[in-house]
Amino acid sequence: MRDYVVRRLLALAPTLLFVSLIVFFAIRMIPGDVIDLMLSQNDVASDADRAQLEAALGLDRPALEQYGVWLFSVVQGDLGNSLWQNTPVSELLAERLPITLELGFLALVVSISVALPIGIYSAMKQDTAGDYLIRSFSLIMLAVPSFWLGTLVMVFPSVWWRWAPELEFVPLWVDPIRNLSHVLPPAILLGLSLSAVTMRMTRTMMLEVLRQDYIRTARAKGLSETMVVYRHALRNCMIPVVTLIGLQAPLLIGGTVVLEQIFVIPGMGLLLLEAVSSRDYPVITGVFLVTGIAILLINLAVDLCYGFLDPRVRKG
Amino acid sequence: MSTLLRVEDLSIAFGEAPDDVRVVESVTFDVARGETLAIVGESGSGKSVTALSILGLLGHGGSIVDGSICFGGVDLHTLDEAAVRRIRGNEISMIFQEPMTSLNPALTIGKQVAEPIRIHRGVSWKEALEEAAQLLERVSIPDPRQRLKDYPHQFSGGMRQRVMIAMALACSPALIIADEPTTALDVTVQAQVLNLLKTLTREMNSALVLITHDLGVVAQYADKVAVMYAGGIVETATAQELYRNPKHPYTLGLMASIPGASVNPRSRLKAIDGSPPDVANLPDGCPFAPRCQFAHEGCTAFRPPLRAVGGGGHMMACVGYD
Repeated sequence: MRDYVVRRLLALAPTLLFVSLIVFFAIRMIPGDVIDLMLSQNDVASDADRAQLEAALGLDRPALEQYGVWLFSVVQGDLGNSLWQNTPVSELLAERLPITLELGFLALVVSISVALPIGIYSAMKQDTAGDYLIRSFSLIMLAVPSFWLGTLVMVFPSVWWRWAPELEFVPLWVDPIRNLSHVLPPAILLGLSLSAVTMRMTRTMMLEVLRQDYIRTARAKGLSETMVVYRHALRNCMIPVVTLIGLQAPLLIGGTVVLEQIFVIPGMGLLLLEAVSSRDYPVITGVFLVTGIAILLINLAVDLCYGFLDPRVRKG
Repeated sequence: MSTLLRVEDLSIAFGEAPDDVRVVESVTFDVARGETLAIVGESGSGKSVTALSILGLLGHGGSIVDGSICFGGVDLHTLDEAAVRRIRGNEISMIFQEPMTSLNPALTIGKQVAEPIRIHRGVSWKEALEEAAQLLERVSIPDPRQRLKDYPHQFSGGMRQRVMIAMALACSPALIIADEPTTALDVTVQAQVLNLLKTLTREMNSALVLITHDLGVVAQYADKVAVMYAGGIVETATAQELYRNPKHPYTLGLMASIPGASVNPRSRLKAIDGSPPDVANLPDGCPFAPRCQFAHEGCTAFRPPLRAVGGGGHMMACVGYD
């Protein structure tokens, strides 16, 4: 098992290299470069100023050389400095990452704790009014984009009840209550939109598993329906559900980018958005690198879950 | 011998009335402690559905529309779900056809065998697992204590069926229903499993309802036989009587189709012409009439009820022939 994890972690390196290559060059293809943006703040800027600025930022050298230099320092643990603020990218990330992790984690908790019980309930009450209601609700959550719901949550409570979500971010360890009242609304929205698919998958798998022969055996032993579901069916229907949760990782991260913007949460998503609009190349690449690592780690966790859920994977 | 289970005039339908399909029609049989009743028939004859209905496991869409299932003097059909659960796996247990899929792949063998002991006797997991190890030993699983921690995929088909038997015997049930317990197994393993089942039921003085389509199995293991066709019993007798003196044309056809040692290896096996009817669309009168070599006009008038032929409880359902 430990060998397996080590091997998987080593396999991260080539994937990340590929990710960095794409990000590094793709970001430089966006029209309008950082020099234009910087110079646009001055009224008069000559070609000499331009060349001087390019040289200062190291952007005058060939792209491939820039990539080589960047890669060399990344391997040594240095992600470079922000072009605008001159602070190290790693410092910016260290500041923003925990905030996004908090939002993502809460969203995931909301998603799972909504999707699993409701999916199981829906399967057990197949084709009843409750089942239809739940399935319609999940279709709505699937169809409605969370940024639209997010905007509604920002606007309508303040119009109706003169209440608005917190806008000034306070770290969790400073004031948990104010922090949660700020982060929880977007986490719930994101979690609900992710839960729609998970819930439907749980329902489908549960129905499939409940038709299996071993479920009939369990019933023939005299088990109650609740025991049949929780002891015999749940674990067998979790593998596709866990796979799905893993596949949702990019959606989760994408969702945090949008919702951080709407709810003014200074996480990685907001950092990325600022960095892209100011063409802050090292920050963009840094954010993508961390995101890539996060997604790859989530996939690893999903694979390890299979072993826990299915003894055939564990010992096979 | 006093009767343990008596099924009387049992009819089972699938679907919603009035277009429900009757898959079992007026089935009557009984079995006493220590006795083995074989229910024989081809696929779709209603034998498995009959067995499932005894435990109330018909599932969605299936329901008992008529008749009674008396077990130890109580009509199981009138009990509520909780009361039926106390009987399942405790007083009546069931062994299914497919040992490969009838065990839960995600739970250890020990847990699955110990489960009925734990829920019906209310003992701790530890005690239940200890008993489970003894049960595995009784069904000749080598190294039982060690194997409690194994999963079904680590067992062969024959061993899994033994595990199923161990599980069925866990609470020393008065009645065991085995639904084609050896159909999915190799021929060499079939005899082992059936011998084991027979020996253990005899030790516990339990009744065994053996559902099969294999007349060879019936001859060797059953005391009584009920032959089913298209949802109804067409002939019932003691095993000896049925082999010596089969009466119903369908039973005769089945007997004739058994390959024997005396059969010329180059000759074709005898088969019953035609195929079993669709239960949703049964012919008028006797459902076997269209395939019966003795059929005449009188056969399509009504579905013949069972009537006594000869002595010793030999009954059959045929009008055309004595």
